Amino acid sequence: MSVPLATAFFHKADFIHILYIVAFSMFIYGLSGLTGPRTAVRGNRIAAGGMGVALLATFLYPSMGNWGLIVFGMVIGTIIGVPAARNVKMTAMPQMVALFNGVGGGAVALIAWAEFNESGGYANLKLTFVIPSLFAAIVGSISFWGSNVAFGKLQEILPGRPIGAGKAQQPINLILLVIAVACAIAIASGQTSGLYMGTLLVAAALLGLFVVLPIGGADMPVVISLLNAFTGLSAAATGLALNNTALIVAGMLVGASGSILTRLMAEAMNRSIPSIVAGGFGGGGAVEGAAGAGEHAGSVRSTTAADAAIQMAYARQVVIVPGYGMAVAQAQHAVKELATALEKRGVEVKYAIHPVAGRMPGHMNVLLAEADVPYDQLKEMDDINPEFARTDVALVIGANDVTNPAANTNPQSPIYGMPILNVNEAKSVIVLKRSMNPGFAGIENELYYEPMTSMLFGDAKASVSEITAELAAV
Amino acid sequence: MFVTNLAILVLAGFVGYAVISKVPNTLHTPLMSGTNAIHGIVVVGGILVLGLSDHLSVFNKVLLVIAIIFGTINVVGGFLVTDRMLEMFKTKPAPEKRDEGES
Repeated sequence: MSVPLATAFFHKADFIHILYIVAFSMFIYGLSGLTGPRTAVRGNRIAAGGMGVALLATFLYPSMGNWGLIVFGMVIGTIIGVPAARNVKMTAMPQMVALFNGVGGGAVALIAWAEFNESGGYANLKLTFVIPSLFAAIVGSISFWGSNVAFGKLQEILPGRPIGAGKAQQPINLILLVIAVACAIAIASGQTSGLYMGTLLVAAALLGLFVVLPIGGADMPVVISLLNAFTGLSAAATGLALNNTALIVAGMLVGASGSILTRLMAEAMNRSIPSIVAGGFGGGGAVEGAAGAGEHAGSVRSTTAADAAIQMAYARQVVIVPGYGMAVAQAQHAVKELATALEKRGVEVKYAIHPVAGRMPGHMNVLLAEADVPYDQLKEMDDINPEFARTDVALVIGANDVTNPAANTNPQSPIYGMPILNVNEAKSVIVLKRSMNPGFAGIENELYYEPMTSMLFGDAKASVSEITAELAAV
Repeated sequence: MFVTNLAILVLAGFVGYAVISKVPNTLHTPLMSGTNAIHGIVVVGGILVLGLSDHLSVFNKVLLVIAIIFGTINVVGGFLVTDRMLEMFKTKPAPEKRDEGES
């Protein structure tokens, strides 16, 4: 039955549009599979299948030409994309996601630009085409350049600390936004000069650079989520312009996902999204932190791997608190080995995962999943916080700001009010840290000066392995 | 047509919100890279413009080919990397109380 039906539709636009509907249904169905680890792999593959259907539908357009260039572009993209995705380390996932996000935004901006040139400056086109295209050009360009800066920071090509013009930054950004929007209005009201489009793209590009450059590493989860939402919305706008339902729905799904994640991340840091985008977190904090450092200096107690091993060997419950430091040191497998060794001795091991630990939403979960940590041991903040009082040893591995009690106690602290893991309620705390340098946010962590805290300095992976080795000797 | 598309856009936003609100924190990284792959659908936009326009200048062709390259990197890389990540979550012995903390 289905074959004659298909042929009846085959050369009609309807059939293509029906395929697009199939494609976006598969996106939605696939994403709903991500609600549980068991169905997630299948969900992702269904979504990928949806992408295949959308591409197929596109190829069916009767007057489709330029096949050579299309195939060429797709082959080159595949040649670049496949090895990148295959070889990237799980610890480098945030920058990979930033990069993939950026190229998506870049594609959107390029399409809008090419259409502008091709139509002689959107001449004689309806506003229902022009406005979404201009939106796509601005937002796509912001997303491309912003994501590339985020990539550079995460890859440590650019310094992770905030870079910017300080107080002048916000007025500059505002001016850039006004320029971009003004150009868009000029184009929409009939200007066809390429100068307007060029200025629009450059202003949006600078805006993308200037918005992300001043943002500190610790705020990265929010920024990546926000840029993700931006690219999604710009894709949806392209869909509106091209009258393509698959693009509209797919773009909005991404927009919704990015927005939800942005909100969750911002809530987990008790900061408003505008204040993060305005930047300056590390700037203000660093000054106050430096002042705080003077008062505390010298009262830190350091420990050895052997002592740490003895403490944990006789503990009833150990809670491991991973942070970005674990990712940097690639210590996740060593951590899992330590946990296994402890469990063999009858110690209960749990992991406390702060929503913004690491550099993107769920970063720690992915790393620990890679090391085969069962997910029932991964506890979210609200579940683990009541447990710290019953915890003998809290092992903090490269986590800093998310454990800083100043967030609860010191109204002067820049992170005051941020929900934290109440590590300081544990009977003893062992902090693995490279040195006494404050974290990305540049804020002194009072936890390190508390009497129950001891510090084990050194590379996190080496320290964890050492503890495991010592544990065998206890 | 535009108004219909706008309606689809708004509805899709709500559907996306409903579906994605249910994704647990554990899977937020794969969610992000998976949705990332999905917005790679802009490659379709690039193909449509390049394939359906008659007399594109060389410059515009270059722009669109780059757009297609970018979009393809986004799609292929995004889905592959998400698949790799999710496989790691799958190979875990599935414990009973998996719903924990998914609020």
